[in-house]
Amino acid sequence: MILIVVEHDQGALRKSAFELVGLGRSLAIASGARLAALVLSAAGDDLASELARYLDEVHLVRDARLDPPRAETVTRAVAHAAQTLGADVVLLPASRAGLAYGPRVALRLCGSLLEDVTSVTFEGDTVVATRPAYLARVSATVVAKAKPVVVSVKPGAAPIAALADTSGRVHPLAVPFAAEDLRLEPSARQAVVKGRVALEEADVVVCGGRGLGSAEAFERQVVGLADRLGAGVGATRAVVDAGWRPYVEQIGQTGKTVTPKLFLALGVSGAVQHLSGMNRSGVIVAVNKDADAPIFRVTDYGIVGDVHEVVPALAAALEGPD
Amino acid sequence: MTIVTIVKQVPEAEARVRVQGGALDLAGATFVLDGMDEYGVEQALRLREAGEASEIVAVGYGPRETEQALRTALAMGADRAVLLEASGLDDPLTVALALAEVVREAGADLVLVGGKQADWDSAALGPALAEALGWPHVDWATAFTLSGQAFESVHEIDDGSETLRGSLPLVVTTQQGLNEPRYPTLPNIMKANRKPLDVRPAATEESRSAARSYAVVERERRRVVLEGDASSAASELVRRLRDEAKVLG
Repeated sequence: MILIVVEHDQGALRKSAFELVGLGRSLAIASGARLAALVLSAAGDDLASELARYLDEVHLVRDARLDPPRAETVTRAVAHAAQTLGADVVLLPASRAGLAYGPRVALRLCGSLLEDVTSVTFEGDTVVATRPAYLARVSATVVAKAKPVVVSVKPGAAPIAALADTSGRVHPLAVPFAAEDLRLEPSARQAVVKGRVALEEADVVVCGGRGLGSAEAFERQVVGLADRLGAGVGATRAVVDAGWRPYVEQIGQTGKTVTPKLFLALGVSGAVQHLSGMNRSGVIVAVNKDADAPIFRVTDYGIVGDVHEVVPALAAALEGPD
Repeated sequence: MTIVTIVKQVPEAEARVRVQGGALDLAGATFVLDGMDEYGVEQALRLREAGEASEIVAVGYGPRETEQALRTALAMGADRAVLLEASGLDDPLTVALALAEVVREAGADLVLVGGKQADWDSAALGPALAEALGWPHVDWATAFTLSGQAFESVHEIDDGSETLRGSLPLVVTTQQGLNEPRYPTLPNIMKANRKPLDVRPAATEESRSAARSYAVVERERRRVVLEGDASSAASELVRRLRDEAKVLG
């Protein structure tokens, strides 16, 4: 059977949950396997009920010890559910959290891990996936050699599932948490500015680089344009290192991978590490005053010019009659 | 207290990675100590300088050439090194199980490992190693302090950051922002050549997953450069995004 682990935030299922449902459905149809979803929550059954409108079988672990989520409590819960339900494949989101508990679950189940994949299929009984390697300069086809197979799926790798004509059942599931699952004591969780679309979920991303020159200019040009477009805000490593923006906005090897429909790179030179986090975007636009900047090799539309002149012009053009 | 710091030898970020008939061709690429791991080596040195650690063991897993990365760690200041020699690119779970043996043997209470390996593009090694040891882990640390067995660490999570406290043993995955790694000095590079480096074959089970083939990922891009002054280029861009690419309403 195929088990999907869904993530949620502030009482709502994340976009990745619906992507995994879509992916799980197609794998279940192709293999004839049973499909179920797992919800881990400290409070409320609403998320499980919502999910039951998408698939027939939903398992809910409701336990106060899951808040705040820790890699070890989540590992315990997912591994327990996978074992109890007899999962052959566990699909989870390749979020920062998923990348942390995924390997632990795979090892605890004596299975294999296909990490951060962009596609996944069955070849007969074998699970095969594609994933980036070598700073996303190449794509590797990887084969799982041990079962169960834990697969973490990159955001945006699958289309969002449509509502099914079903009212599935929600089954409560108790997990035997151990004291050792609670060894780390979390405190001082600092969420970055809410109210803006999450970077991995945004259809449009505006990303700024060192070419902006200062934190103030970044705020004015990049955040200003993002607000106008209802876009997510991204930054390069140089910007984050300079302290202009928080790490959570970083795109690239150490930051996030994004695949929006439209990616605007402002004052971004295009280092390999950065490209690895955005080169799968739909349409890429770059504004940079250096015509030889590597970013122009991966762009659909480029403007060679000063971001401080081009961005206000762009804002004006967006306002203007079309 | 002994700290183990895991190091990996990877192709330089700027190296060209080619694919020939589905196989990877890294000929001509320069290999270096993975930048992510340097933060771990540096953090171990700082903990020793603060009197919180007595010994630093750099441990590598990979082909014989990984010795160079281990020598770099020794030149930065690690006391000794162990290389588990393995020919292929084994999956992180297999590597973690092999490394766990070395960590146990060294009697370490703290393991530092890069947040993401620049060859397999994987963030799994740290969490997998913690699991293999039965320890907790902190991923993507940007701050780490230790006082005796008690630690406090700030790490990055999906929507921001979080502070975690606890006591050793622990695996920490490191990244930029944690510290500024030092450059090895010439005298220390000379000294590193005389430090013990123990090479042994990695006695591992078969990989639990393997790469079957590779392909170069290059998406076709229009690569249109819009000419003219800022205002006309911007107008043309908006028109094209609406009418040609159809990504703006």
